[in-house]
Amino acid sequence: MIWAGVLTACAACYGLKLAGMSLPRHLLEDPRLQRTVPLLPIALLAALVAIQTFSTGRSLVLDQRAAALAVAVVAVLLRAPFLVVVVAATATAALLRLV
Amino acid sequence: MFTGASQFALVGVLGAGGSVWAGAATAALLGARNGLYSLRLSSLLDGGPWRRVAASQFVIDESTAMAIGRDEPEASRFAFWATGFSVFVLWNLGTLIGALAIHAIPNPRVLGLDAAPPAAYLALLAPRLRAREPIAIALCAGVVALALVPVVPPGVPLLVVAVLVGLFGLRGAKA
Repeated sequence: MIWAGVLTACAACYGLKLAGMSLPRHLLEDPRLQRTVPLLPIALLAALVAIQTFSTGRSLVLDQRAAALAVAVVAVLLRAPFLVVVVAATATAALLRLV
Repeated sequence: MFTGASQFALVGVLGAGGSVWAGAATAALLGARNGLYSLRLSSLLDGGPWRRVAASQFVIDESTAMAIGRDEPEASRFAFWATGFSVFVLWNLGTLIGALAIHAIPNPRVLGLDAAPPAAYLALLAPRLRAREPIAIALCAGVVALALVPVVPPGVPLLVVAVLVGLFGLRGAKA
């Protein structure tokens, strides 16, 4: 069951790329589509940040991950590269759990 | 599935105990932007249908950004294939190393590894937040998602957020 879902997602993600390469331009150049599609990653990534920082399963929690996210925000504002942002957040959570 | 944010999202939904189908839908919605990248790239990367089939797999944020930043079509094509191929190889190599190494780590929480995904999403999100509207959308999406977590199954808050932002985009389109 899990693999069926994973394979479906793979096919969808590849199919969307192929569609952009192959479909007639006028279908995809609709201004509403052009405006809406770039908003999807913004909303979904923000929702993922919130969910994976402030919840476990179906309960809301405030733990070391919040501090890790705060460090990540500072790193992003300082224009740190991707890996530095991730490592800084990971190290923050690990250090806070150590003490 | 060669598009990082979608991979993370699918694994994230599964890890939180959500349905694989909710995860798959989220992954596809996150991958929709690649369709628009393909549209922009299709005029740059000329070639027959087979080349399109191969090129499609390499359409990601990084290869698109490198390709559309060039002045010469020749340089664009080179940038696209070189970036797409090198990220493809290194990304999958990294995935393989991670899959093998995770068995050697008894408790990923102690190492703070559960804090890594949100930081990664944030780093992917940050370059898209260059104006007031996207920042407002991101904040609303976070609040709505958290409000839904206790009341619906894992993964569903993401789908609700996607539907809401879709409606917002389609309704609010002035251009």
